[in-house]
Amino acid sequence: MRYSARVEVRLRQGIADPEGATIERALPALGFDDVREVRAGRSFRFEVDAEDEDGARRRAEELAHRLLANPVIEDSEVEVRQTAPAGGSR
Amino acid sequence: MSARVGVVVFPGTNCEHDTVLALERVGAAASLVWHTDERLEGFDALVLPGGFAHGDYLRPGAIARFSPVMGAVARFAAGGGPVLGICNGFQVLTEAGLLPGALVKNRGLRFVCAPTRVRVDSDRSLLTAGIEPGTELQIPVNHFSGSYVCDPRTLAELRDAGRVVLRYVENPNGSVDDIAGIASPEGNVVGLMPHPERASDALVGSVDGLLLLRAMVTAAVAVRAA
Repeated sequence: MRYSARVEVRLRQGIADPEGATIERALPALGFDDVREVRAGRSFRFEVDAEDEDGARRRAEELAHRLLANPVIEDSEVEVRQTAPAGGSR
Repeated sequence: MSARVGVVVFPGTNCEHDTVLALERVGAAASLVWHTDERLEGFDALVLPGGFAHGDYLRPGAIARFSPVMGAVARFAAGGGPVLGICNGFQVLTEAGLLPGALVKNRGLRFVCAPTRVRVDSDRSLLTAGIEPGTELQIPVNHFSGSYVCDPRTLAELRDAGRVVLRYVENPNGSVDDIAGIASPEGNVVGLMPHPERASDALVGSVDGLLLLRAMVTAAVAVRAA
């Protein structure tokens, strides 16, 4: 079965986020002076072949922990869903 | 006999030749090691020089840590071998878990390329052995992600054990506790953001980097003799 995964990586609470801070400083000039607490991060999308959704999630989490995020400074959040129904025809 | 130093080159490393030249100036026999090489026998010390290993994609050092040479570097370090990471090399060593903490984007999202003054704060490392703590050196930095961070417990450990080996006199990047360089518990693995190889000729404004590299080369010979 094929699953599509999305991993969101962001800096942990307490780690300075100069990108988010720089974006936030620019906002009033654009009229967004009602926006607060900007945090920059990044997101990765990929597909995983696995027996079931739990298996796909485990692989995606493993990839997130080993490579996509540096656990010293970053948290990651994994979302997994099935891409197409099993045996689906076109 | 002169120390044999391997200078590890990843795709995107760009300070390897300066590093070799500076090491030769302090009497070492330095040679390049390609990142797919897994045999490091015959070296007394290793240097991971500056640059952009694997393009710094994802995070500086994140891909380099999976290069075949890194397993051998870890074994070399575990056996007490001297390993020095300069700038990008420091980032690789933290990503590989050979040094604690991480290097994040500079305060203010500012790339810094400037001479800096650093102070030797501990002589308990291969890079600072024999150098009087308090000694100030002028060595340039050149980085975007050089702000050192670690959790409070790690910071306390580093301070208490004299593992903060270099501090900035004026912090250029927002590094916690003004940290410019740290060492492993045994002092044989050291990472620093300033570039000692770029302070190795009076023509470029400072020769203070040679003091650090000479200490490393001396330590490497001593390790071999032991």
